[in-house]
Amino acid sequence: MKLDRRAFIGTGAAAAAALSAPHVRAASHGKPKVVVVGGGAGGATAARYIAKDSNGEIDVTLVEPTRMYYTCFFSNLYIGGFRELSSIGHSYGGLAKQGVNVVHDWAVGIDRDAKTVTLAGGAVLPYDKLVLSPGIDFVDGAVPGWSVAAQNKMPHAYKAGSQTELLKAQIESMPAGGTFAMVAPPNPFRCPPGPYERVSMVAHLLKNINPTAKIIVADPKPKFSKMALFQDGWSRHYDGMIDWIGQDFGGDKVEVNADEMTVSIDGEVTKVDACNVIPAMKAGKICDMAGITDGRWAPVDGHSMVSKMDENIHVLGDSCSQGDMPKSGFSANSQAKVCAMAVRGALTGSKVFPAKFSNTCWSLLDTDDGVKVGATYKATDEKIAKVDGFISQVGEDDALRKQTFEESVGWYAGITADMFG
Amino acid sequence: MSGRVLGAAALALGVAVAAPAWGEGHAEPIGDAEAGAEVFDYCVGCHEVGAGAENGIGPHLNGIFGRTAGSIENYKYSKGLTREGKLGMVWDLEHLDAYLTNPKALVSDTRMSFDGLDDKTERDDVLAYLRQFSDNPQNIPEAAPTARPPEVELPPEILAMVGDPDYGEYLSNECTTCHQADGDYDGIPGIVSWPEEDFVIAMHAYKRKIRPHPVMQMMAGRLTDEEIAALAAYFGKLE
Repeated sequence: MKLDRRAFIGTGAAAAAALSAPHVRAASHGKPKVVVVGGGAGGATAARYIAKDSNGEIDVTLVEPTRMYYTCFFSNLYIGGFRELSSIGHSYGGLAKQGVNVVHDWAVGIDRDAKTVTLAGGAVLPYDKLVLSPGIDFVDGAVPGWSVAAQNKMPHAYKAGSQTELLKAQIESMPAGGTFAMVAPPNPFRCPPGPYERVSMVAHLLKNINPTAKIIVADPKPKFSKMALFQDGWSRHYDGMIDWIGQDFGGDKVEVNADEMTVSIDGEVTKVDACNVIPAMKAGKICDMAGITDGRWAPVDGHSMVSKMDENIHVLGDSCSQGDMPKSGFSANSQAKVCAMAVRGALTGSKVFPAKFSNTCWSLLDTDDGVKVGATYKATDEKIAKVDGFISQVGEDDALRKQTFEESVGWYAGITADMFG
Repeated sequence: MSGRVLGAAALALGVAVAAPAWGEGHAEPIGDAEAGAEVFDYCVGCHEVGAGAENGIGPHLNGIFGRTAGSIENYKYSKGLTREGKLGMVWDLEHLDAYLTNPKALVSDTRMSFDGLDDKTERDDVLAYLRQFSDNPQNIPEAAPTARPPEVELPPEILAMVGDPDYGEYLSNECTTCHQADGDYDGIPGIVSWPEEDFVIAMHAYKRKIRPHPVMQMMAGRLTDEEIAALAAYFGKLE
């Protein structure tokens, strides 16, 4: 395997160049080329599986701006104090060992006719197949008064890392009895239970350090994922602390002022001490640049995750619209494997099996109180369609809830090994 | 017999380290063997002990006291246990107790998917129970304590099915989101290197909702008999 890597990179000179700069053209030797944009659950998995299963027959380049990738999943557990931030950070050495050419840069342009990706650093990467897995961006003006310029005062913390650290620090420095507000996003958005797991983790943190603090959630939706489970958990663990204001009570009429640190809900203005604004979302903007979006998302065919706009582009994870699967890391990982198989089939003639997908989302309510929801899916000609599913039940015993949490820890180890090698 | 040879090797090593705590003259019982038989319920999914015990997902435990780690022939051990055996680790009371307390703390890359027993009484009792099957390995009591019906009665044609490991490799993509392909585990059991039949029986038990886990019931529920055989073949060969 290690020898393959060397052979794959090519001559010693090319190898040396690859270490210092994205010298991608030199790596090819006429092999089919795949460029993957975005190194999260979709992109890292796709890059790894294409490289691993093609045994060096396909030249795989992964474009990801960050050297250390922090997973959004489990970042709420960092806020709650159940994980160290370092434990959810991953680098790309494992993918490089697998033969993936990892380039830390931004993709800033896609020429679909020439089949090239342009990077911020100036490099132009040719591709035979392009995989886009750029995650989410926020819809401008979605929450009146908030823009990305306000993200340090009112963090979104919906791309994990420094934003998550900032939000936690702001919650920790709230005055005694202070108020934390969350503005929850409208559907569809990344990680449907995510905001509500976050509320649980913030409550857990505050219960320990600031037990008279209050939590207000302004939500534009009338209901949310695992709602009964979360509300049951909130009343059992954090009774009286959390005020969830749904659409029926004006939760969709929200305005914020980051300089004044105020949140207005249905006309009522509240001074807050920390505020988490999670705006409406859309596909990562490289999808717009590529011209493969319809509305906010990039539609794909579930049989192969190929874009409905371009047969040489596949779109994975949060950015795509595909049917019934939630936008989650698990979904992106599942879709990436179907995509990897389709890409290998197209480029090397390897066997392609019918697409299968699955997803499970675990959420932590409090110490050793975990719940989950999951489903299996198949590709139909219209969409990715749900086959079967399950959800944790209210009133489960403590041992089962503890086991569910422990299982989520095991899943985290599993999926990150599956993504990063 | 290889058992005797191993026993001798273990004794020689034992001298070099310390007298085994379970040796002759050790008057105090380890624990309550009868209670230990119930504690052993944690283990029976993978380990057999008693007359006719065979290797399954885990090695059989007849003669475990005094056995060199990783030393049963025809059982495919994790790299960790093979290494510890080569380094001379012998399953004496002290090592067994440490292993049962936290398997990964003693052997970091063991494949035994067990979090450990915090309760010392439980450890003592189960070790007292196991101890009964180690005195005279060739003289195991007649009753077979782990003799149990399989979880599901499968028609012989399903058990005889030969899985296609290449197809299994593709199908395994769905498993490796949670179950680590290198056999490591952390809250979710490892599934590599299982005997194929154990794998097939377990999956059919989920498929028929005899085993309780909802995620596994859902995943197994849509696998065909061929697909289960293919997965068993693929994971069985992984190390």
